[in-house]
Amino acid sequence: MRLQLSPELSAFREEMRTFFTTEVPQDIRDTVAARRHLSRDDYVRSQRILNAAGLAVPHWPVEWGGRDWTPLQRHIWREEMQLACVPEPLAFNTSMIGPVLAAFGSQEQKERFLPATANIDIWWCQGFSEPDAGSDLASLRTTAVRDGDDWVVNGQKTWTTLGQYADWIFCLVRTDPLAEKKQRGISMLVFPMDSPGVTLRPIELIDGSREVNEVFFEDVRVPSEFLVGEENRGWDYAKFLLGNERVGIARIGFTKRLLAQAKGYAQEVTVAGRPLAEDPRMAARIAEVENELVALELTALRVVAHSADGRPHPASSVLKLRGSELQQAATELVVDIAGPLSVTSFADGGSEVPEWARVATPEYLNYRKVSIYGGSNEVQRTIIAGTILGL
Amino acid sequence: MDFTFDSEQNDLREAVRGLLERSYGDGEQRRKVAASDPGFDEETWARMAEMGLLGLPFAEEHGGMGAGPIEVAVVAEEIGRVLAPEPFVEAVVLAGGLVAAVGTDEQKSEVLAGIAEGTTLAAFAHAEPGTRWSPSASAVTATPSPNDRDGDGWRLTGTKEPVPNGARADVLVVSAVVDGGTALFLVRGDAEGLTRTGYRTSDGGRAAHVRFDGTPAEVLGADAGDRTADVERAQALARIAYAAEAIGVMDTALRTTAEYLKTRRQFGVTLSRFQALTFRAADMYVSLELARSTALWASMVADAGGDVVAAADRARLQTSRAGRHIGKEAIQLHGGIGVTAEYTVGHHTSRLTAIDHLLGDGDWAADRLARTVTRYETVDPLGAPYTG
Repeated sequence: MRLQLSPELSAFREEMRTFFTTEVPQDIRDTVAARRHLSRDDYVRSQRILNAAGLAVPHWPVEWGGRDWTPLQRHIWREEMQLACVPEPLAFNTSMIGPVLAAFGSQEQKERFLPATANIDIWWCQGFSEPDAGSDLASLRTTAVRDGDDWVVNGQKTWTTLGQYADWIFCLVRTDPLAEKKQRGISMLVFPMDSPGVTLRPIELIDGSREVNEVFFEDVRVPSEFLVGEENRGWDYAKFLLGNERVGIARIGFTKRLLAQAKGYAQEVTVAGRPLAEDPRMAARIAEVENELVALELTALRVVAHSADGRPHPASSVLKLRGSELQQAATELVVDIAGPLSVTSFADGGSEVPEWARVATPEYLNYRKVSIYGGSNEVQRTIIAGTILGL
Repeated sequence: MDFTFDSEQNDLREAVRGLLERSYGDGEQRRKVAASDPGFDEETWARMAEMGLLGLPFAEEHGGMGAGPIEVAVVAEEIGRVLAPEPFVEAVVLAGGLVAAVGTDEQKSEVLAGIAEGTTLAAFAHAEPGTRWSPSASAVTATPSPNDRDGDGWRLTGTKEPVPNGARADVLVVSAVVDGGTALFLVRGDAEGLTRTGYRTSDGGRAAHVRFDGTPAEVLGADAGDRTADVERAQALARIAYAAEAIGVMDTALRTTAEYLKTRRQFGVTLSRFQALTFRAADMYVSLELARSTALWASMVADAGGDVVAAADRARLQTSRAGRHIGKEAIQLHGGIGVTAEYTVGHHTSRLTAIDHLLGDGDWAADRLARTVTRYETVDPLGAPYTG
């Protein structure tokens, strides 16, 4: 038992902090700090700077740009990035399809896609969920039928985040409708979003944002070389991918920063002549969320310090579950601090309301998603009850 | 940074577990022990002394083992796991801890050696009716009594209650009002003018109403100066040990509950088939693991010489919330059997409730943390002030 980071890890943390706060353009970090939406160009500029420094895909195999870091180093890298308001490397590229291609793709696929994926020369989007296949993903119905050297894809995907920016999609399709187990008839295909027969329709969310889309496929022809791994093994690759998706999903650095900002906002708002931050109930509420966050951060450290053998620590489901709840608690706190100012979301030129109060409610509403995506919190409870408690 | 126990700490855990499971492997033995005074098993206590547990945190020169807060946490967690009624945290960590922190060399040699050998049961007489969780005294007053003890004696007057193990204790560490603050005193169990009325506590332990009527007392430490900060610190270390004990209690409560859900049948199936129940068990696991992380961390802060008062408040808040959640759900998921004295799980809830109120509850800790929460931006649990 030892509390302090080793001198090497302290130096590593300092190196990360210095890089993120000095090398990533201030305008991008300001946009993140103000919780405005990033443009496609912001994501690309930021990730290319990280990639040039070897900081975009440290968790990939070394030959494709990985750094062979320990789980604890990766944790520090991610936390420092979030604390410094640096956009994380695009998850669809770096956490999802990249590791799948590195593990299961052909040599040609690796050479063609991995460098471009790390450098975001290709922007990927995810074609997993369907209108009737959410948490029950294996029920997906989009089909791919072999026709000569091509697969012909028909069906519909949904919740495709930032699909409007995407160059390529990685997609789960049903290739054996007669398979005994529905999981066994699924394959993974990749193809360009501008393939004939692909249509994208944005879905407006409750905060007014358009970050997710429906994607329709009508006789989309995909050359057979774009099958990932083996036919009908797509479910295994999807499980591998989703396991990676949950890594870092707790976003402790994000919540920590938002809570620090909330303390500042609570100083700006005055109640009966005193800063709201001095109200005992408000201060206790901030202290409670902060203490929960400390507990979560310590749990994350326990998990990363003990998953060196590659197998996740049993407590890792706690990270997704509680991490999402605390992100939501922090966004809710900011709405409550804003009080009546929280309704001013769409004010612009003529309004005196500070920007933080205007974005508070859209962010709070948007963040209802975090307990749903990446395996809903109910899925996490099922995992905990089943695999940990044996229920 | 390393959250794993070393091999000596694991050996210690195994040894303590072996001893306590022999004594309290089934709930029946604990019920028997709790039914009669002193509310714990003198024989188990003597074995704990033989094993060195009762002198664990004290310096070797005073008869102790010279171990640290992490070893204390290991023992406390094992005590919690089987609900052993032996007052390790109360007598060794808190009362003994005060003697170790404040006492003169002579006092340490005598009292700590006695505690470590199991021949002296120490109790901290601090709580007073009508106040809660203050580090200072108000209801017992100390006055100099130059005719006692070579001209430097004191006399105490007033009441303390509840004093854990106050009736059985061989020596009381008493906080009392002096000019300029709260000083600490030693009072022998056979002192004149000392009236002790013991009773059973809600969790099956023992406490006492203790009245001092001009009771002769010896100053703990070199002088009768203000010891409020020492009390605050000793209580913080006891809160950290209680956090570990609570983890042990919660761990067993959850495992017992999960086992019950797997075996109890209703409507023709085991209870584990009802998602309404299994999801709640999953939430109990979440509470437990978050509290465990904080409790482990707080003992590491104490070990590293960091800010134990702040770390103890964090551990207190987290284990209080988790203890209430797990304690209440453990009973509810069992149904009626959980409320019976015959079954174990209700006693876990009872102990968690006692731990939650002896040295400050969750709201109290949250309020203390709230007073400083806007003076800093973020908490770095691996950095200052926690790393010393």
